[in-house]
Amino acid sequence: MNTPAADAVVAEGLTKRFGAFTAVDHLSLRIARGEVMGFIGPNGAGKSTAIRMFCGLLPPTEGSATVAGFNVAGESQQVREHIGYMSQKFSLYGDLTVRENLRFFAGIYRVPPRERAQRMDYAVTMAGLKGQEDALVGTLAGGWKQRLALGCAILHRPPVLFLDEPTSGVEPEARRRFWDLIHDLAAGGVTTLVSTHYMDEAEYCNRIALIDRGKLVAIGSPGELRQSDLGGTLYEIECAPLGAAVEALHEVPGVLEAAIFGDRLHVLVGSGGPSAPALAARMNASGLHAGVARQVLPSLEDVFVHLVARGQETRAMT
Amino acid sequence: MNPRRLLAMMYKEALQVVRDPRSLAIALIMPLMQMGLLGYGVSLDIKHVPMCVYDQENSQLSREIVSRFDAAGWFSTVRVLRSQADIRGAMNAGSCIAAVVIPVDFSRQLTSTGASSIQAVFDATDVNTTNIAQGYIQGVIAEVNAQIQSQWRAAHALSPSRLGQVDLEPSTWFNETLDSRNFIIPGVVAVILALVGAQLTSLTISREWERGTMEQLISTPVTALEVMVGKLIPYFVVGMIDAAICLGLAVYWFDVPFRGNLLTLFAATALFSLVILGIGYLISVRIRSQLAASQVALLVTLLPTTLLSGYTFPIDQMPRVIQAITLIVYPRYYVTILRDIFLKASSLLDLWKPMLALVVYAVLIVWLAAKAFRKRLD
Repeated sequence: MNTPAADAVVAEGLTKRFGAFTAVDHLSLRIARGEVMGFIGPNGAGKSTAIRMFCGLLPPTEGSATVAGFNVAGESQQVREHIGYMSQKFSLYGDLTVRENLRFFAGIYRVPPRERAQRMDYAVTMAGLKGQEDALVGTLAGGWKQRLALGCAILHRPPVLFLDEPTSGVEPEARRRFWDLIHDLAAGGVTTLVSTHYMDEAEYCNRIALIDRGKLVAIGSPGELRQSDLGGTLYEIECAPLGAAVEALHEVPGVLEAAIFGDRLHVLVGSGGPSAPALAARMNASGLHAGVARQVLPSLEDVFVHLVARGQETRAMT
Repeated sequence: MNPRRLLAMMYKEALQVVRDPRSLAIALIMPLMQMGLLGYGVSLDIKHVPMCVYDQENSQLSREIVSRFDAAGWFSTVRVLRSQADIRGAMNAGSCIAAVVIPVDFSRQLTSTGASSIQAVFDATDVNTTNIAQGYIQGVIAEVNAQIQSQWRAAHALSPSRLGQVDLEPSTWFNETLDSRNFIIPGVVAVILALVGAQLTSLTISREWERGTMEQLISTPVTALEVMVGKLIPYFVVGMIDAAICLGLAVYWFDVPFRGNLLTLFAATALFSLVILGIGYLISVRIRSQLAASQVALLVTLLPTTLLSGYTFPIDQMPRVIQAITLIVYPRYYVTILRDIFLKASSLLDLWKPMLALVVYAVLIVWLAAKAFRKRLD
């Protein structure tokens, strides 16, 4: 059943419908052992629903999935023995102390008594809560809560971890430290599926699955995805005002996409479209103050914006 | 069921009861409050009925009757009035609820015709009290009659046996002092268990849904049965402690006689607790809002326990339809057992019918509760 060589997570045509609404639409993917897979996508894309199906919390409407070699539909009890899960909402007991929460989860996960003290100590150290074992969890700050929740979820050393937006609402410094923890665990062979809506966090993953409206839109390493063919050349232009420029550019023949990127624009130009100097000249002619247009390599965000936008166009046409 | 997971559930749940000031107040203060309130406040005996007398005749006999009312002990402040209008005034002011009028020719009528009458006026806004006051007054008058008859017999040199009078000699068993407190207080144990048990457990699952901890909990290997048993055992212990507090107060503070077997009482209490906790848990599984769950819990546990169990209102005085309904009202069996153990020293054998009913209920409810909770989000 659970052979070491097998992929830790396998989904085939995994689908979840709530009435007429399809939250997850024929999702198929494989996650190798020790891999850190990122689930990226807009809010409501179906990331949480997919994760809940992997954890055996929601039965799939169609398709199947195995986690650590166990079927999520028929063997959910075995699945639960082999996973750690952090739900989107903070879900430790706020009226219990750090130590009491750990003790509870150690009992629930049947951590052998002689290993309990050592593992609880590891979790406390990992969460950076040494000396605060008797603090009520409800009084801790966000970053500590999240690290403690991770500590509780790995007390039983699960081979697979599902983390649903673990860093939402956590300050950047604490987010960075959280990702270090995930990579420490991955180094120990733990397979992790993390959902996030922070683009910068996508770079921390071994591979990324882009989900939009329940469908898997793209999958690959950050490097691979950056190489994706956007169907044209990407230019970066400094100009003002940005909003008016985006609208003006959409009117220019040959311009496929224009999006604001910080204080500048990213413009995707198809083959046969205007060249870089022509683009700038055209904008200056329409009364916009444009700087020099430089060709740039697409960032992950460019790729995601492109793929999600393309998905919307295809739907609009059909 | 895995013992380690079960222990973890119990540990967590017990900590939460102790940490939550609301749960703690329900568990510990409620029984004391209820016991005090019901023990002192609810009494079906009516003593000290405020009463007035308007003695129009003011003869030796009429004065003697008035003094008999005074001496009976049931009436307080027997006031002597001077006019018919005073009666209305006193009743309007609420200073008396019964008035006795002795007519101006009372003694004369008695000697000339052998019969005479006294008028009694009642403030019947509270029918219950009126009935009781009427009974008391009739009692006094019966004594007066007996005295007049024996005087008449003595005067006519007749021996009492010739009249063949039947006297009733009442002998009250089990509650010899006819104190309604002895009848009410054992039932209070049922009311408190219903109140505390269902209130606490009705929140246990809904709280986890509301706080978001449920999603984490069901992602762990803990089974639905372990969740239920682990959550109910701490509340079962709380219920038993509450029952012990009530029992102690009943016997040592309110001096209710306890004549039966403590073990039988314990068994019945454990069964009733199981039913109540199971109902609370079922409600909690079905209703995900804490507020709604606690309201429904009150409705299905406390209401039947106070109204339909025979705790305050005797079942055999209810309309037939309601009597039939009480057969399925589980607290009635427990209240019956409580009273019989307290006052009659009934044994397990005497009580097999209500005991069996409780067993059936406990098994049914716990079975339903165990099936109700499923470890899924939809």
